[in-house]
Amino acid sequence: MMLFANLLWGRLTLNAFQHDPIEMGGVVSMVIAIAAIVVALFYFKRWGWLWREWLTSLDPKKIGVMYIIVAIVMLLRAGVDAAMIRAQQALSSGANHGFLTSDHFQQIFTAHGTIMIFFVAMGLMFGLINLVVPLQLGARDVAFPFLNATSFWLYAAGAVLVNVSLVVGKFAATGWLAYPPLSELRYSPGVGVDYWIWSLQIAGIGSLLSGVNFFATIIKLRAKGMTLMKMPMFCWSVLGALTLVVFAFPILTVTLTLLALDRSLGMHFFTAGAGGNAMMYVNLIWAWGHPEVYILILPAFGVFSEVVATFSRKRLFGYTSMVWAIWAIVALSFIVWLHHFFTMGAGADVNAFFGIMTMIIAIPTGVKIFNWLFTMYRGRIWFASPMLWFMGFVFLFTLGGVAGVMMGMPPVDFQLHNSLFLVAHFHTMIVSGVLFGYFAGLTYWFPKIFGFKLNERPGKYAFWCWSIGFVLAFTPLYILGFLGATRRLDHYSASLGWQPLFIVAAIGGAVIAIGIGFQILQLIVSIWQRNSNLDTTGDPWNGRTLEWSTRSPAPAYNFAVLPEVAERDAFWIAKKTKKTDRPAYADIVMPKNTSLGIVIAAFAFLFSFAVVWHILWLGVVGLIGVVTTIILRISDDETEYTIKASEIAKMEAES
Amino acid sequence: MKDEEIAKTTSKTIFGFWLYIMTDCVLFASLFATYAVLHNNTFGGPSGASLFSMPYVLVETLLLLTSSFTCGLAVLAAQSQRKNQVIGWFGATFVLGISFLAMELTEFRHLVMDGNSWRRSGFLSSYFTLVGTHGLHITVGLIWMVVLVAQIRRKGLTPNNQRRLTLLSIFWHFLDLVWIFIFTIVYLMGVVRI
Repeated sequence: MMLFANLLWGRLTLNAFQHDPIEMGGVVSMVIAIAAIVVALFYFKRWGWLWREWLTSLDPKKIGVMYIIVAIVMLLRAGVDAAMIRAQQALSSGANHGFLTSDHFQQIFTAHGTIMIFFVAMGLMFGLINLVVPLQLGARDVAFPFLNATSFWLYAAGAVLVNVSLVVGKFAATGWLAYPPLSELRYSPGVGVDYWIWSLQIAGIGSLLSGVNFFATIIKLRAKGMTLMKMPMFCWSVLGALTLVVFAFPILTVTLTLLALDRSLGMHFFTAGAGGNAMMYVNLIWAWGHPEVYILILPAFGVFSEVVATFSRKRLFGYTSMVWAIWAIVALSFIVWLHHFFTMGAGADVNAFFGIMTMIIAIPTGVKIFNWLFTMYRGRIWFASPMLWFMGFVFLFTLGGVAGVMMGMPPVDFQLHNSLFLVAHFHTMIVSGVLFGYFAGLTYWFPKIFGFKLNERPGKYAFWCWSIGFVLAFTPLYILGFLGATRRLDHYSASLGWQPLFIVAAIGGAVIAIGIGFQILQLIVSIWQRNSNLDTTGDPWNGRTLEWSTRSPAPAYNFAVLPEVAERDAFWIAKKTKKTDRPAYADIVMPKNTSLGIVIAAFAFLFSFAVVWHILWLGVVGLIGVVTTIILRISDDETEYTIKASEIAKMEAES
Repeated sequence: MKDEEIAKTTSKTIFGFWLYIMTDCVLFASLFATYAVLHNNTFGGPSGASLFSMPYVLVETLLLLTSSFTCGLAVLAAQSQRKNQVIGWFGATFVLGISFLAMELTEFRHLVMDGNSWRRSGFLSSYFTLVGTHGLHITVGLIWMVVLVAQIRRKGLTPNNQRRLTLLSIFWHFLDLVWIFIFTIVYLMGVVRI
């Protein structure tokens, strides 16, 4: 009987569903939310619509929207994690031990970091890339539409797997990068680390494929006449980021696989004995991890380049130097990884090399900052909310960057390593850089996708809450870091006198939460009052690049007639010269919808779940399913359909 | 489809596939790096010098190199639209490839039976993973070959199948190249250094 159950369920038993009351609260709220969505879909009879229009769609705009929806859901989830961390640390001083057990606290900070990087920042990034890049290039689609959908679904499957760990079993309690030997089987025998490995593995492979796809798109599908040096700056920065994806993500794939092999097959890559080398893991994971930071930030820089030029109503200052700054950052980001562990003891010369390289990165970044400021100089600035996000970014990001240069000095780093100063530093970079950038981008391009603008007033409130809340939440952490507070503390002695600072930080977190509330409100109000914010021209911000030349919301085929480009800021020039030829429509070939992308991801999910719980038969089913689905797809020659020129003329006339 | 569109699709697909090959290069580079770090960590167990049989590996190598040659002949035949020759040369490639794989698995089996499995030491973990990953790629290539030959038999050398054939040959030659590195770094250097 035992044997049979073992074959059927692996190591999955009913114990996996037992949780402490706080975890149970999370489980229940998640189940209620899913049930509500399912009921709503039945009630409004929207299943068919959901399946046909969204889940099987290969339209990058729709895929982009789905990326962003998943990312926002995950932002809320990891935001709750953040709130619990702040609350625990504000309370847990002296005799009070807060409301979380140590083990649960560890799972929470691990989940917070993992989700925020892999499922929020990456999701928002690929979402925006999907929405904007083909439009900016003057292209109909991406290079490989089916691959694009598959990438998204793999990302979504990874996100689902993380959330499943909340209900079935536990998540990792190792920190977001799961350093061995702690993450090895001997010290983390449960399923937590396996969940971590496999959710990142399938999401990471999705990101890798997406990187290849959009790299090919940018190189191969640009509008006629758009040479590389006439590309919009967002596309340049995306190209830089994707170069990093192509070179860095395979390292992540390998690193996760090796850790999985250690845990599942008893290998000795990173084990403490038998010839393993744990520091090799740290090197490998940061050889991916440092480029990853720039993968996230470069597209955000690209958003700001578009936003600043548009809202200053000036051409971007120093285009060429911007491009070179991007590529300098791309190159340098591969030779600084060791600054994440100066304390490893690699020796003075090695540390000095990496320290110097780290500080040199500040130079191209500084070039970009000054280019944006010079773009604003003597511009006619329109303080719409994307521009506000930019101003907040310049201020906070520069401060955070200076903190980074400080930590780039090995002797200083020896004092600050693993302290809250570090935590404050990278949150400044990622929140004010990445997150503010993507918020600006979402506000900016929202009308192009949905046909109406977001309401400005709650957007501005959200900006101020985020900015003020951020300063309140993280300034105390800089100070606490200097005072010696290390990261990931679930309790500290009252005699240290840290509690007031932690309380201020918690208040800051609450202010950010209000900001998120305003963003949700903004979305609701904007949809409610969309008729007063309609974008009838397709060009609501007086834009400069090609995406504003087509109507809003952009049609499935993006452009009825593919544009031709002679200069930078092609649309801006076109508006000045005003040509009014009657467009000559031609037939358009578009990819057909297909469900195979979601099917591949579903099998990949089953495979991962099976590996986590050691369920052999399910793993085999998952693997065979993935392979068969891929074979089905590559054997299919009827993947496209044609829209007749007459239909396009009709659709264009109606809108 | 019009010729112009076919040319465009082919051009972007082959470019995208080269990008994928680039990512695979980085993947193997990472595995080579871990092998370089761990190859002396035998933990009291055997080293490469006492485990590897060079004549055996040389035969494996020759099989794989020959399979690359026959794969090249298949591409040449495809360019002059000789369908049966294409199928024949891919058949030869498949036989050579699967023989290589069988030899590799036999080698693995012997190692494991002698108590030198991947659990033995860091060195053996990295050896099995590096060589095994290459073997896994070969397996994927073989499956792909079967699927493609079935397609060619059914639909002939259509532009789509021509393109797929080009991609497969890039993939196969790439695996050959990776093997040259494995042969040199793992086997030759493993035996020479003692």
